[in-house]
Amino acid sequence: MTGRTRRRAGTSPPRLGRRRDQLIALGWLVVVWNLLWGNFSPANLLAGLLVGGAVLVFFPLPPVSFGGRLRPRALLRLAGVFVVELVSASIHVAAIAVRPGFRPRGAIIGVRLRVRTDLNLALTAELLSLVPGTLIVEVDRDAGVLYVHVLDVRSPADLTGSRDRILAVEERVVRAVGSAAELRQLTTEPTEAP
Amino acid sequence: MSVGTVIDWLAAVALVSGALLSLAAGIGVLRFPDVLDRMHAATKPQVLGMLLLLLGLALRLRTAADLGMILLVGVFQLATAPVAAQMIGRAAYRSGRVDRSLLDVDELAGDPPRTGE
Amino acid sequence: MTVFLAVVLTVLLSTTALLALARIYRGPSLLDRVIAADLLLATMLGAVGAEAAVNRHATTLPVLVVLSLLGFVGSVALVRFAAREEP
Repeated sequence: MTGRTRRRAGTSPPRLGRRRDQLIALGWLVVVWNLLWGNFSPANLLAGLLVGGAVLVFFPLPPVSFGGRLRPRALLRLAGVFVVELVSASIHVAAIAVRPGFRPRGAIIGVRLRVRTDLNLALTAELLSLVPGTLIVEVDRDAGVLYVHVLDVRSPADLTGSRDRILAVEERVVRAVGSAAELRQLTTEPTEAP
Repeated sequence: MSVGTVIDWLAAVALVSGALLSLAAGIGVLRFPDVLDRMHAATKPQVLGMLLLLLGLALRLRTAADLGMILLVGVFQLATAPVAAQMIGRAAYRSGRVDRSLLDVDELAGDPPRTGE
Repeated sequence: MTVFLAVVLTVLLSTTALLALARIYRGPSLLDRVIAADLLLATMLGAVGAEAAVNRHATTLPVLVVLSLLGFVGSVALVRFAAREEP
């Protein structure tokens, strides 16, 4: 997921949206700058604005448009489920690591996401890399397919389970940050294997 | 027992469990037979272990300025670990370092990806 | 309690570092070494943080911030190199 592969031709958002994205990025950079200095002071805010502005001018970000809106309740749910899954996945993998004489079997499955925006692909992939036994091997951006390596597969049922879990992660992401149209896509698009 | 003592004990628990998870990640990285399996060990127990160690540190320091910086380290970890993992996973698969005898299913095999460099 | 804590954490994190070093030594590919080096760096990060926690000081916090970003840049650079060298 480098900047070069993230950029897609012909999907540059309208100028106003671009300005808004840049303002949001600037806000984040100012917050990070103040956290690095350890306190929020007028001088730090001003310096943060200068540095953040310089970063945005000299290192422009690829346009990742954000078309949806934030839903605090769904966002909380996303974060909560993520923490629970991170803990259980970590304990699971740790248990496999220390079990003597156990060779885990893996599988690579392709999962077609229902919402194909860059933001959704990136967020879902990011979360998946950290939760239950899944690891992104390859991303097919145009088709919206994630190829995921699953650790500790014992039966075909495990594969279906992993597929369902991946789609559940996507659903939570869309419910948290997606637009209304993307939410509808969630329920109407079929979820067959690619 | 004061509140500070309780928090210190919580910090100790977080620190030790974080170190234990790191150790499990180390064992996994050494023992797992394949690059992809090792990635699993390096991304999950390692990230949680690191977060727990940072939580322990935050509980010990308990000042706002330090909390901000610890939060930044944690966010950097969460944001960058999956990116590095995905790049390593992709490089491993493309250079043919994946041991296919360990895979039950490989849906990527007959369907070469069209994106990336 | 702090002495006991320091000993336990030192033992656990040193063992992790040794395991990562063993994987760096054994390889077999550059990618395995990148993974292990990543783990080694993360263990150092943990060790610096644990030391700061045990002795209750914040002087090494900037080191943590720098290390957490450096590790990422390092592994990404190495992987890009590996992807080109081993087609």
